[in-house]
Amino acid sequence: MLDAQSNPTRTYLDRRVEEFRAQVQRRIDGSLTEDEFRPLRLMNGLYLQLHAYMLRVAIPYGTLNADQLDVLAEISERWDRGYGHFTTRQNIQYNWPKLPDVPDMLARLADVNLHAIQTSGNTIRNVTADPLAGAHADELMDPRPVAELIRIWSTDHPEYQFLGRKFKIAVTGSPNDRAVTKAHDLAVRIVERDGEVGYQIIVGGGLGRTPVVGKVIRDFLPQADLLPYLEAVLSVYNLAGRRDNKYKARIKITVNEMGLEEFSALVDEAFARIRPEFKGADQDLLAELQVAFEPPALPARDTDAYEAARAADPVFRSWSDINLRPHFQDDHAIAMISLKPHGGVPGDASADQMRLVAALARKFGNNEIRVTQEQNLVLPHVAKADLPALHAELKAAGLATANVGLASDIIACPGMDYCALATARSIPIAQQIAERLEEYEVEVGEMAIKISGCINACGHHHLGDIGILGLDRAGVENYQITLGGDAGADLKIGDKTGPGFGYDEVTDAIERLILAYLDLRAEGERFRDTIARTGAEPFKAALYEVEGNRDAA
Amino acid sequence: MAKRFQPGIVSANDLLSGAVIYLAADGKWVSTMSGAEFITDEERAAERLSLAESQPEIAVGPYLAPADNSDNGPVPNHFRESFRAAGPSAPARKSWGIA
Repeated sequence: MLDAQSNPTRTYLDRRVEEFRAQVQRRIDGSLTEDEFRPLRLMNGLYLQLHAYMLRVAIPYGTLNADQLDVLAEISERWDRGYGHFTTRQNIQYNWPKLPDVPDMLARLADVNLHAIQTSGNTIRNVTADPLAGAHADELMDPRPVAELIRIWSTDHPEYQFLGRKFKIAVTGSPNDRAVTKAHDLAVRIVERDGEVGYQIIVGGGLGRTPVVGKVIRDFLPQADLLPYLEAVLSVYNLAGRRDNKYKARIKITVNEMGLEEFSALVDEAFARIRPEFKGADQDLLAELQVAFEPPALPARDTDAYEAARAADPVFRSWSDINLRPHFQDDHAIAMISLKPHGGVPGDASADQMRLVAALARKFGNNEIRVTQEQNLVLPHVAKADLPALHAELKAAGLATANVGLASDIIACPGMDYCALATARSIPIAQQIAERLEEYEVEVGEMAIKISGCINACGHHHLGDIGILGLDRAGVENYQITLGGDAGADLKIGDKTGPGFGYDEVTDAIERLILAYLDLRAEGERFRDTIARTGAEPFKAALYEVEGNRDAA
Repeated sequence: MAKRFQPGIVSANDLLSGAVIYLAADGKWVSTMSGAEFITDEERAAERLSLAESQPEIAVGPYLAPADNSDNGPVPNHFRESFRAAGPSAPARKSWGIA
């Protein structure tokens, strides 16, 4: 069987590592200036942040096996500070690597087919996908063969190494979008029409300073047309995209300025030219990948022990109510592992925790781990019979927080605790809110709070039921609040409320919103349902009820 | 219009570790802002920045950061420099229950 992640090849990765090793050496001995070296290190995922370098490693479509996660843990201990940070882009970031060590870190990653290539720069970035791919009961088709096909095609593709700007692609095979597809430069949704499987193609989505909901450019693209169609989109963008202004260089601006109709016509023209060049090798590869990603054969298991544990242990029952998702096989479940302990740093996992999750994946989870866009981990295939034992082991390691999808399951970017671009802190705000809401968040129910520490929106604040954007207002941290965003299939950008709040005020403000929701909601309504019914006004009234206690910026 | 000069210090990141470093009065690089040279005039600032830029084997991205002076040496007057000086405000280990 084809190893699904055997591309890029070991030979290629080894060559890249040695090339970078020589570049690092030349930077250290003074042969390269920083201006010369910076693009070279960024091509290998190495940033320089506020206090240290940061190495961003791609986790292709959020899928890891246990050996890979073990190596991620090992790297954090040998060359970093014993932890890693999982991001909204299905990457892991190491916050404290030393420059001379980075080639060794990359070499160790290559041992398990991982790398940091195209995790920075104006190229096609890590291809992301539904983190519950190949496991969730609602899925039409596993998106990962398509994601892997796109990854193989786009990795080191010479035409896409110097795009006008970075380019992010997401793939989902489920009608319930867990991959935030409409916030990507390009997205592929696997759909079915008249019994035939094909792709809905979305272009021009993105967050950042100009949030745009992606637009459907092709409602149904036949499977064999995928790569030539993507090449057509990229070729139009590569030529027409603006290179004069960094802030107008993403494809969302190209599509908006040109209009979808004209953009689409140019893509069709390019497609007619490119399509004949594809003779079927891509489809042969896709067929191999589909075999590699075939659903695992999971032996049927009795669920009595699971039901008994639920009846006997309220802590387990609560965790299983909140952190499990329906699996395609009834006697199995998808176990979400929260990396959001109340008061912890969202998305951080220690080396010990990573190793434990790897061991649990081997023991109970078909050797698979996933990384979610919400900065959590997942064991996608666990027999319900094994869940009580799994829960007990997670609990002992501080990994059994029952809060996935609740108010404390906060997405937060690294913010000014780490990031050189940040204008305010995100992490401590997330910590304070999570601790404040811990006692009654189950009563609150489904709630997405998302925090970004600058306008670039790595924390997806536009898409939160409650979004928080940290800004620098005249030398003071100030937090702007948005309401009514939605990261789901019908992506919605939240609306700004009004004046922002100071660092010490924002947690109180968020709590006022939550309490207002508890007052206003009708039976069975989620936050987004209530706000859709009432409008934002009653929430704004709650937000600003404390007079004279806010920045008028 | 040229930006008004503000007194401050020269800071950068260390090439090998990435750590925050500051230029001291004796031309050496130190790890604490209090040990940095407090620069009060524009000419001196340009000279010290130029010295920093001539040491790419030590300092990455040197720049002039506004600061205040105190009895104990320069101190940050903006939160960004405070965080650069103090490190992350939220120790990551809190995530896994280690004090």
